[in-house]
Amino acid sequence: MRKEYLTKENIAWLLLAVGSFVICSLLMNLGIINSYYQITLYNICINIILAVSLNLVIGICGQFSLGHAGFMCIGAYAAGIITKMMPNFGGFVLGILVGFVLSAIVALIVSIPTLRLRGDYLAIATLGFAEIIRILVQNMKITNGAAGLNGIPQLTSWPLLMIGVVVSIVVVCNYTHSAPGRACISIREDEIASEAMGINTTKYKVIAFVIGALLASLAGALYACNFYVIKPSQFTFNKSIDILVMVVFGGMGSMTSSVIAAIVIGIINMVLANFSEIRMIIYGLALVAIMIFKPTGLLGQRELSFKKLFSSRKGAK
Amino acid sequence: MIQFLQQMINGLSLGSIYALIALGYTMVYGIIKLINFAHGDVYMLGAFVAFYATTFFHLNFFVALVVAMVLCGVLGVVIERIAYKPLRHATRITALITAMGVSYVLEYTTQYFAGSEVKTFPTDLLDNTAFSFGGVRITMMQIYIFVITIVLMIILTYIVNKTKMGRAMRAVSVDEDAAKLMGINVDTTISFTFFLGSCLAGVAGVLVGVYYNSINPLMGMTPGLKAFIAAVFGGIGNIPGAMIGGLFIGIAETLVTAYGSSLYKDAIVYVILILVLILKPDGLLGKNVKEKV
Amino acid sequence: MKGNFWKVLASGSIVASMLVGCSSGGTAQEAVKLSEGDTVKIGLNYELSGNVATYGQAMDKGTQLAIKQYNESDDAKYKIEAVSMDNKSDSAEATSIAEKLMGEGVAMQIGPATSGDSIATYPSSENNKVPVLSPAVTQNGGMLKEDGTAYEYAWRICFEDSAQASAMAVFAKDLGKTKAVVYSDAANDYAKGLAEDFVAKFEDLGGEVVAQENYTSGDTDFNAALSKIKELDFDVLYVPGYYNESGLIIKQAREAGITQTILGPDGMDSPKLAELAGKENLNDVYFTTAYTTVDASDELTSFIEAYKAEYDEEPDMFSVLAYDATNLGLQALEEAGETGEALNEAIKNIEFTGLTGSFTFDEEHTPLKKVLVVELENGVQVNPVEVDPNAE
Repeated sequence: MRKEYLTKENIAWLLLAVGSFVICSLLMNLGIINSYYQITLYNICINIILAVSLNLVIGICGQFSLGHAGFMCIGAYAAGIITKMMPNFGGFVLGILVGFVLSAIVALIVSIPTLRLRGDYLAIATLGFAEIIRILVQNMKITNGAAGLNGIPQLTSWPLLMIGVVVSIVVVCNYTHSAPGRACISIREDEIASEAMGINTTKYKVIAFVIGALLASLAGALYACNFYVIKPSQFTFNKSIDILVMVVFGGMGSMTSSVIAAIVIGIINMVLANFSEIRMIIYGLALVAIMIFKPTGLLGQRELSFKKLFSSRKGAK
Repeated sequence: MIQFLQQMINGLSLGSIYALIALGYTMVYGIIKLINFAHGDVYMLGAFVAFYATTFFHLNFFVALVVAMVLCGVLGVVIERIAYKPLRHATRITALITAMGVSYVLEYTTQYFAGSEVKTFPTDLLDNTAFSFGGVRITMMQIYIFVITIVLMIILTYIVNKTKMGRAMRAVSVDEDAAKLMGINVDTTISFTFFLGSCLAGVAGVLVGVYYNSINPLMGMTPGLKAFIAAVFGGIGNIPGAMIGGLFIGIAETLVTAYGSSLYKDAIVYVILILVLILKPDGLLGKNVKEKV
Repeated sequence: MKGNFWKVLASGSIVASMLVGCSSGGTAQEAVKLSEGDTVKIGLNYELSGNVATYGQAMDKGTQLAIKQYNESDDAKYKIEAVSMDNKSDSAEATSIAEKLMGEGVAMQIGPATSGDSIATYPSSENNKVPVLSPAVTQNGGMLKEDGTAYEYAWRICFEDSAQASAMAVFAKDLGKTKAVVYSDAANDYAKGLAEDFVAKFEDLGGEVVAQENYTSGDTDFNAALSKIKELDFDVLYVPGYYNESGLIIKQAREAGITQTILGPDGMDSPKLAELAGKENLNDVYFTTAYTTVDASDELTSFIEAYKAEYDEEPDMFSVLAYDATNLGLQALEEAGETGEALNEAIKNIEFTGLTGSFTFDEEHTPLKKVLVVELENGVQVNPVEVDPNAE
């Protein structure tokens, strides 16, 4: 059976992606989005990639990982070191690829033994791995130790970021709806039952974990080549928590909500910059309040789906 | 040999502090399965309460210790009632994020009112004579820390194993609903657990503050994390396990610095953690609970 | 979302290539001519929360005090409005705050506190043509771009690591010390840079570095490494890092029976050091600095008094450097009478006398300052001597 690609939903998604890209580009060129908002926008895009990729591991596969910053760190350093030697687009692509390879290797090393652990134990093990990565980076010569890398060329551009975001979302969503993705969901719902159904749980958990790691490393590369400076203290356990907050704040298992959460948190952060000393207090209180009053996150597991939109309209006719 | 003994003393005194914090972690986790990230900040507040008690109210050390213990205990209960109780049946991650939120609030509220710079205790609070045993140096303060930790652990074990409240705590940790049916007041029991755990964190805070003579609003983060690792190492939910875990982590860190590279003393803690989790996921003294369908 | 991966990617990249040509670069802020009585905004980009908040807040206080004093003085040409924002001790956030401040039209930015966070704001300063005055970027070559030239709009008020570390090595040699142990902070670029430069210079001068040990910022227990160091044969201990840790290290070292001379950098200079270490332990301890309270100048004394009156605590090295940086900026502003390029030119040619000495800037936008070594006797500063870092 030939697969139909140009369905109404796909066109709608494409229009949404291209539309938001064109609108933002126009606003930037007209100067309505000034360079400060532009940085915020870039940051939000990087956070979307991080949140969506962590959501794949936590929300879809049900594996509680607290080590996402570790993979981001690998991607950032790979891209930073290589683009400092080759400050051009080719170097950037090479940096991203090297980051992919490294983070895939590390993700395999981390995941094969630890993914057998459950729940909180897994969380702590991944946290431990991320910290080990950070301490290694802090003590290596090539990464320039605690001082980190300065003067990384600014190669991240708006089109590249948008491509990164779209690719991440498409990869994660398509994976979720594929056979291995469904296997992941069944693992999330009941690991023992899915094992009894003949699903190789370790295999599917590892796949999801590696995809998450690759996308985190992509986000790291985009981050390094946008902010000139990276140093080990940026990739602590607090960074992992920040990403986790976005996933939970939006709603686990829903990509739409991860995207919205990354945007909302980016804007909150921007607004709070004016409150300097009390911003973290407000942030903390907000977290507690949201978790108490809306523990499933803003959207829960709901997704924005054009398919449903279209069919519900058809139903109404 | 003298060097080795000296390092063991160093490791034991560092480990006792991890152990004290780990005891609180392990109790809370044992009963409601929550990684209470705010625990490290309760420890920090214990140090601050004792600081203000001794510098502004000129209280004696032991009085300040009791004041800090009680205030931290009450704070623990307040946190539990406001932030964790509504989430008792929510997912683990939700509760964890809440704990992070509470942790931010405690850290930065303290920073807002007390300032971020380090504070130092009055120097004459505790006798700090040093004794030398054939070249190995032990201070009075180290003995205090070690003894207080052991005594508290014994009291805690007694409470959990022999008292009515302790039996209630164990019952709730095994099966909350069944405990309720047996007439146990689950809310009170959980609050009591938080009270005990936070008291211990408060004690640890005071001891650290006086021993090292340096406290600041963010001091709870790293020891909190290491104490949690200690609790996991010993078998989470297990009181002697937390004690052994804490001492082990302290000694391991010290020996790595002494005989290996001090660059990797923190990394080694995580390596140990991961090895333990992979080889014996329930920790050294943890019970192996079979998962049921 | 059952989108087809390749299709989306292809269409995305077509549109991208269409628009990539017209993507906007950084836009310079317009220079403003100032007339007397105008309100001028100055941006403060400091670490008010996060792991180095202690230093960021001290600097924030120094800067705020300088601005307050300027506004209260009778011959002030302009009215200064401080716009203070928190960068959470995060360099990406520091960049973002820098853009925000510059977008709001500040004449200059003061801060951030640490090297990494500051350097992250330099490209923005160049794009916007807004000068940045960094009170404490000590990293070697910190002001330089990849091509070896300095960032045009970035200036630092402190020494470079190599200057004070080399000066300390020279000083140690002059004291007749030949065997050194270095105990430094592995998680802190400032300490690491100092350690490397000290080792290099000390070995150049014929000394021997017996061992190098490390701790991590935030540690409070140093007994393990100190017990190890105690067994070594050495005559001087160099402890680069900040006072929060140095104070405790000195205390624990002296209590453990390490009686050798202890040396440190200007990061040790704070009234907190004596509180942390205990006055009785601060003997035979030396540190490098740019200013000293021994025979303090009237300016320094009056600054210390004003600071105490304002904040009810003693200033440290960080607040002094930030105070100097701010006053330097204000002086340049008055001389230029204009923001943007003219202001930057005025900074470049400035002859400034502040609490940390009189200086001008060199090619690398680094001040040419005297390096002093001050001794501590029962926690009190004595015997300042000037040391030439380049001595053989």
